[in-house]
Amino acid sequence: MRLVGKREWPNAVLLKLRSDVLPLPAAAPGQFVQVRVDQSPATYLRRPISIHFIDEKQQELWLLVRKAGAGTRAMASWPVQTMVNLVMPLGHPFTLSGLSSSDKVLLTGGGIGLAPLLYLGKVLSQKGLRPVFLLGGRTSDDLIQIPEFEQYGEVCLSSEDGSAGARGLLTRHPVLKERTFDRIYCCGPKPMMVAVAAYARERGIWCEVSLENTMACGLGACLCCVEETTEGHRCVCQDGPVFNINQLKWQI
Amino acid sequence: MADLSVNLPGLNLRNPVLTASGTFGYGREYTDFIDLSQLGGIIVKGTTLHAREGNPYPRMAETPAGMLNAVGLQNKGVDYFIAHIYPEVSRYDTRVLVNVSGSTIEDYVACAEKIQALDKIPAIELNVSCPNVKHGGMAFGVTVEGISSVVSAVRRVYHKHLMVKLSPNVTDIAEIAKAAEAAGADSVSLINTLLGMSIDAEKRRPRLSTVTGGLSGACVKPVALRMVWQVAKAVGIPVIGLGGIQSATDAIEFLLAGASAVQIGTANFIDPAVSVKVVQGIEDYCERHHIEAVSSLTAALEI
Ligand SMILES: Cc1cc2nc3c(=O)[nH]c(=O)nc-3n(C[C@H](O)[C@H](O)[C@H](O)COP(=O)(O)OP(=O)(O)OC[C@H]3O[C@@H](n4cnc5c(N)ncnc54)[C@H](O)[C@@H]3O)c2cc1C
Ligand code: FES
Repeated sequence: MRLVGKREWPNAVLLKLRSDVLPLPAAAPGQFVQVRVDQSPATYLRRPISIHFIDEKQQELWLLVRKAGAGTRAMASWPVQTMVNLVMPLGHPFTLSGLSSSDKVLLTGGGIGLAPLLYLGKVLSQKGLRPVFLLGGRTSDDLIQIPEFEQYGEVCLSSEDGSAGARGLLTRHPVLKERTFDRIYCCGPKPMMVAVAAYARERGIWCEVSLENTMACGLGACLCCVEETTEGHRCVCQDGPVFNINQLKWQI
Repeated sequence: MADLSVNLPGLNLRNPVLTASGTFGYGREYTDFIDLSQLGGIIVKGTTLHAREGNPYPRMAETPAGMLNAVGLQNKGVDYFIAHIYPEVSRYDTRVLVNVSGSTIEDYVACAEKIQALDKIPAIELNVSCPNVKHGGMAFGVTVEGISSVVSAVRRVYHKHLMVKLSPNVTDIAEIAKAAEAAGADSVSLINTLLGMSIDAEKRRPRLSTVTGGLSGACVKPVALRMVWQVAKAVGIPVIGLGGIQSATDAIEFLLAGASAVQIGTANFIDPAVSVKVVQGIEDYCERHHIEAVSSLTAALEI
């Protein structure tokens, strides 16, 4: 696909991609793509990146990428018009069945974990829901794409240094005390996901998390990305990345 | 058009390109990207007598031009393979080989016997890099005695093509290859992964749960090529070359060094269609060099 637009922040970059020839393959929120990074000698394997958003009208796939290391920094340096080699869509998406339009849904993301929640928010809003987004980061620099999220629901922010939204960890945000939720979808650093899972478990709330185990093939062939589940080792790339918290062997 | 076929004892391949065990799942993971019938064959995941959960996460660490893995032979066991995977893979229009692993000789033998009964599996690849639990966990494939005992035991019960996958973690691989040949192997494939290690200096922790793991990818190619060359000179049986092959040129280098066929491994992760591209590239090379049969490239290195 061709890079047709980008926007950069101190810690992250938004990449908008479109195919010159093919229609965009159908993809669901929670699925990811495997990006090839040929320009970075230190990057041998593809990099898994969540689908941040799909703009059907423009036929655009959006990726929101945190500059974590050499591979993602090379991606951030791509000029518009770069041809990007992607394998997509991969993985098992967020579960959308069984939702009713009166359900109160929380979408919570920490750091770059907010990436997959935008497309999820759009699909939920198409189903007549208005989710609450609880987005957290270390500083206001991590809280990006906020106006986009606001189109699909109510946005609550938190930052560890207090530079935006409530000060402190996301899991201390007052909205978690003041409201009740029927469902939680979550993506972020593991400690944050474990804390959200504990919150959900305590209150008996249905909760799905999207894991970020390191991957090689992304296709379920190499078994490098496994997570311990109630059914033994399962591939995060194929059986996940989205799992219900009840499937995981986390100490919650 | 050049004749790409390869005739190994009891195993004819449409072309010299196989996919390496552990990097290609059961083939179905790749059918969105390639037509399996364009390959010489596929070698499916390491299969053991009993189900194995494998090693804990993290199992993978990327390295310069390669990766370390410590998957630990996670698989559901040979009976599960026969009941649930075989019906599907037996329909593929390509050769399907099963990679067989074990922790005791009895396990290898029992697993090989069960696979022998499957019509559409013309060969097994014996993974001798597994630790022998009865001998202090030392891998079968690192001593002449170890490899002789496991290969001859399997040979007694297994009558189709027996390929033995050699470990590179030895002092003299030619000596090990000769022992495999003497014990009845029909071919040897090499190299399996090189033992390696990766450390996260910031955390002062190893990057793999098992501390050490198997290195593969482009970085191992020169070592693999050297070993294929040494083994091909030492044995009379066919040699199957693998280790860091990512292009037709890489594959041809292995053929010239003495391989009759090649396997594509880690490169499948970077380009899921690479194996078919290698086949096409070999065909182009033969045309450019006016080569009538790809088999004439084997050991055609001029020194
Ligand atoms: C299913 C899935 C979806 C993902 N979605 C996104 C996304 O939408 N946006 C995004 O920016 N990132 C996402 N990631 C994480 C992203 O893949 C890693 O940040 C990236 O691979 C790092 O590559 P690098 O070469 O820049 O860094 P490297 O040099 O490889 O590593 C730099 C640092 O990043 C850490 N890191 C490496 N791999 C991962 C990983 N898989 N997960 C978390 N940290 C890692 C390393 O420990 C190291 O500290 C996702 C990961 C998975 C598995
Ligand atoms: S990354 Fe290969 S199985 Fe998941």
